[in-house]
Parts: sequence; C-alpha cells; structure tokens
Amino acid sequence: MNVSAISSRKAAMIACHDCHLLCRAPENPGAVPARCPRCHARLHTRKVNSISRTWAFSIAAALFYLPANLLPITHTVQMGLPRSDTIISGVLYFIKTGMWGIALIIFVASILIPLLKLVVLFYLLISVHCRSSWRPRDRTRLFRITEAIGRWSMVDIFAVTILVGLVKLGVVAEADAGQGALFFAAVVITTMLAAMSFDPRLIWDALESDDA
Amino acid sequence: MNLPTLIACHECDLLHRTQPVPSGQTVRCCRCGAVLARTRANYEERILALTLTGLILFLIANLFPFLSFSLEGQIRQITLLSGVAVLYSQGLWAVAGLVLVTIFLAPLSQIVGLLYIFIPLYFRKPAVLSPVVFKMIQKLRPWSMMEVFMLGTLVTVVKLSEMATIIPGVALYALFALVFVLAAVTAGMDPHRFWQQRELQ
Ligand SMILES: [Zn+2]
Repeated sequence: MNVSAISSRKAAMIACHDCHLLCRAPENPGAVPARCPRCHARLHTRKVNSISRTWAFSIAAALFYLPANLLPITHTVQMGLPRSDTIISGVLYFIKTGMWGIALIIFVASILIPLLKLVVLFYLLISVHCRSSWRPRDRTRLFRITEAIGRWSMVDIFAVTILVGLVKLGVVAEADAGQGALFFAAVVITTMLAAMSFDPRLIWDALESDDA
Repeated sequence: MNLPTLIACHECDLLHRTQPVPSGQTVRCCRCGAVLARTRANYEERILALTLTGLILFLIANLFPFLSFSLEGQIRQITLLSGVAVLYSQGLWAVAGLVLVTIFLAPLSQIVGLLYIFIPLYFRKPAVLSPVVFKMIQKLRPWSMMEVFMLGTLVTVVKLSEMATIIPGVALYALFALVFVLAAVTAGMDPHRFWQQRELQ
C-alpha cells in the first residue's frame, strides 16, 4: 500500500466508523451529521464525546473497584463451617493451600488487569489532554493491549457462577455469591465501556497542527 | 462522494492508497501497526463451515451435562447455565444477566447472525438487512466471552477437585472445541471484503 503522510481529517475526509468507507466531509460541519453512503451509519470524524465518556466510565470503574475488592465475593459452608472470601483472601487461601497456578490466574485477572487498565486509560486521557507527542505508536499499542486483555477480568465472575451452581448439597456443602461479585461485574462493564469510548486517533491528532 | 482507492487507518487516521491484496496476507498501517485488511482464500466457505460447526457445538454445550460434583455420597449435575439460575435466585440478577449475555446471548446471536449472512452469500444471494446484522455481530464480539468462561471453569474444577470428585460432562468438551471454532471465525473474518461486496451489489 502507498502512503500519504496526512490523516483523513486533514484531507477533509471522514472514515465511516462502522464500515471504514472514506467519504468527503460535509461542507458545513455544524449541520445534521451526514450518513455513510455504503452502510448508512452517521459520519463522525472522531468518536462522539470520546474524552468525556472515557473519563466518566473510568472514574465510575475506579469507584466500583474498592467495594469489588473489599466486599466478600463468595460465602461458603462446608461441613457446617461457614467462610466468606474476598478476592484477595481467596488468592491468599490458594497460596496457602499450594495452588499457585490458580492464585496467579485470579490475582492477574481480578486485581492486576482492572488496575492496569484504569492506570493506562487515565494516562492516555491525560496524555491526549496535554497534546503529548511522545511515542504515539507505543501509546496506540498500549491502548490496543488494554482493550484486548480487559475481558479476562471476567474469570472470577465465571468461576463464582460455576461454584454456586455446582456446590448445592444442602447441609454437606453450600456456596453463595457475595455483594463483591456485583461490584466486580460493574468494574468489568465500566472498564470495557471506557476502552470502547476512547478513540486512539486522538493520540495522533496532537501530532498535527490545529490550524487546518 | 466516496473515494474507493483510499482508506484511512481506523486507529490513527493515516491515509493509505489501496491495492488489491493477495489472499492469505495481512496489511498493517505503516504508522501505528493496526491491521487494515486481512484476506483469506475461500473466505465465505470457511466462515460458513466454521459457523455451522460452532452452532452444533453450542447446542451440545447447552443441552448436555456440563459438570458433576459428588461429595459425601451426594451428587449434583449441572448444565452450562445452572449457575446463572442460582445467581438469579440469590438476588444477584445483574451478575446473572452479565453472565447470561457473555456466555449465551452474545455467542448465540453471533452464530445465528453469521449463518443468516453467510448461507445466502454462499449461494451468491445477499440477505436482506445483512449490513445491520453484520454491524450487530461486530459490536457483540467483545461481549462474547466463551474462552474466558473456559478458564473460569478450569479454575473452579481445580479448586473443587481438592475436596470433592468432579466429573466433566460432554458439554465441557463441546465448550472447549467451541472456543477454538469461535477464535477461528474471528481470525477469518474480512470486514473489508464484506463491505466491498455490498458495494458491488
Ligand atoms: Zn494507523
């Protein structure tokens, strides 16, 4: 493929967000948004309100992150012995019983990934706000990785779902999901929505002068 | 209004001039590295075959026993969605809803949507509303989490095998195969080609 050194925005064109068809930008941008002639989606140069939506979802996720980690995610009863576990106490329990692999999976998926995802999103938002021109390719790659790994946070929710479904033997053993699961589900949904709202093209916009 | 010889990178907006891409190749943006196009030989046939396999595996995964749990002489056998029903009955309907969407509704809609598009396409007859269905499939993809569910299953099985006997059911094997089939569908999709064909019709 041959490359021009300019973006479609500079060339007064809009790439359709749904089917990627390149269209000429409408003459008066203030009017009703034009539609893509191929797939009829509304045409926008960048995702609508990308920055404020990403901020809103990221802040919501950060607020949900605390109760998700502090409240119990499971209540279990085995042989009359009740036990409540948060995500962290679950990880510690796996380490104590020698199940290192499981401890690592839960720690990475439930604690590390949501935290890293939030740190990266906040960093990208601030770097776009400051019109940073520092290593845009690496920042785009960082965004791509963040978007791709987020789904793995669901591992613990699925593990709890199977646990409560399976362990239902009355007095012998019983398992219930705790309120922590609810907040954790909220963390997963809001971080995914935050990543979907962010437009990586904003990283590259800072490299072009704004006078066009 | 449209300029068919140019495309813009969807991740950094850089303009590229398109040329016909030989099949089996992946074209990346030279500025940010995003995948711009991915061509595959016999793409329609391949997607159709994979999706039909996926439908069969999905049905097996949902209709047959998933796991059995036995402790102190008591046995409980569950299907894939038993846990969702228990979560719902415990009042965590939001969590139950999220799990239902990610392991049942999203993958099922994807499979049915793909069949709706690719069966007519295979016979060279475009389906009505196929752009709408195609967009729905693209938007649902992040919410279909079969491979993550597989890992969650593994975690629970290892965890419980310390205290009880866990017997894997047919559905677990079907789920395992389905994860690979869905990954192959995602890797084999060529949205660029789909939209170009729409243009020619
Ligand atoms: Zn690019």
